[in-house]
Amino acid sequence: MKAVYFAWVRERVGKAEEEIDPPAEVATVADLIAWLSRRDEGYAHAFENPSIIRAALDRAHARPEARVAGAREIAFFPPMTGG
Amino acid sequence: MEISVQREDFDAAAEARRLTEGRADVGAVVTFVGLCRDEGGRLAALEIEHYPGMAEAEIARVVEEARARWPLMGLRVIHRFGEIRPGEQIVLVATASAHRGAAFAAAEFLMDYLKARAPFWKRARRADGTVEGWVEAKEADDVSAARWSRA
Repeated sequence: MKAVYFAWVRERVGKAEEEIDPPAEVATVADLIAWLSRRDEGYAHAFENPSIIRAALDRAHARPEARVAGAREIAFFPPMTGG
Repeated sequence: MEISVQREDFDAAAEARRLTEGRADVGAVVTFVGLCRDEGGRLAALEIEHYPGMAEAEIARVVEEARARWPLMGLRVIHRFGEIRPGEQIVLVATASAHRGAAFAAAEFLMDYLKARAPFWKRARRADGTVEGWVEAKEADDVSAARWSRA
């Protein structure tokens, strides 16, 4: 699955996108955030406050409890500030 | 074409005119333009990042919901990205309907939902050359969007 990062999540992770291959027990968006945050300090910093992180599965907003199986692209970003 | 996500500036008057071109059944056009403020001279520019593909898709979902709620005869949404300086235009929402009530309500709904849901992020650059950092989301924006939720 492709992971993409935006705004300060991208800056803290240190990359805009990457291929990830989470283990089978990573079932939900929240699981994936916990799994990514264990990778290194950058990820840990990006995901230190999971409650403010927003996610999208295949370019549609997804809740923390949404299941990630089958998704081609998952995105993580801060709350939106457009308009 | 209803939705554009673009780097270029836009002509709000021309976009509004296009909604009524060749027809005489429209009674109301509401145009909203969001501008970049200078924050009392402190701001040099905004840099707007977006999620290509999702930005268009999310705006399309919001547009679909507006169409389901109000009898709209035309609609146009433009959101810019990239560097935008104080005084420049950021976003356009224009709605056309037979009567003003639907046009006003739909335009406000579209703006409230765009702010809460469309994947754009602003970063501020100060007049002294330093980067101020990412603009924080306002709780008031979520409250504005939530008031349209059906019970």
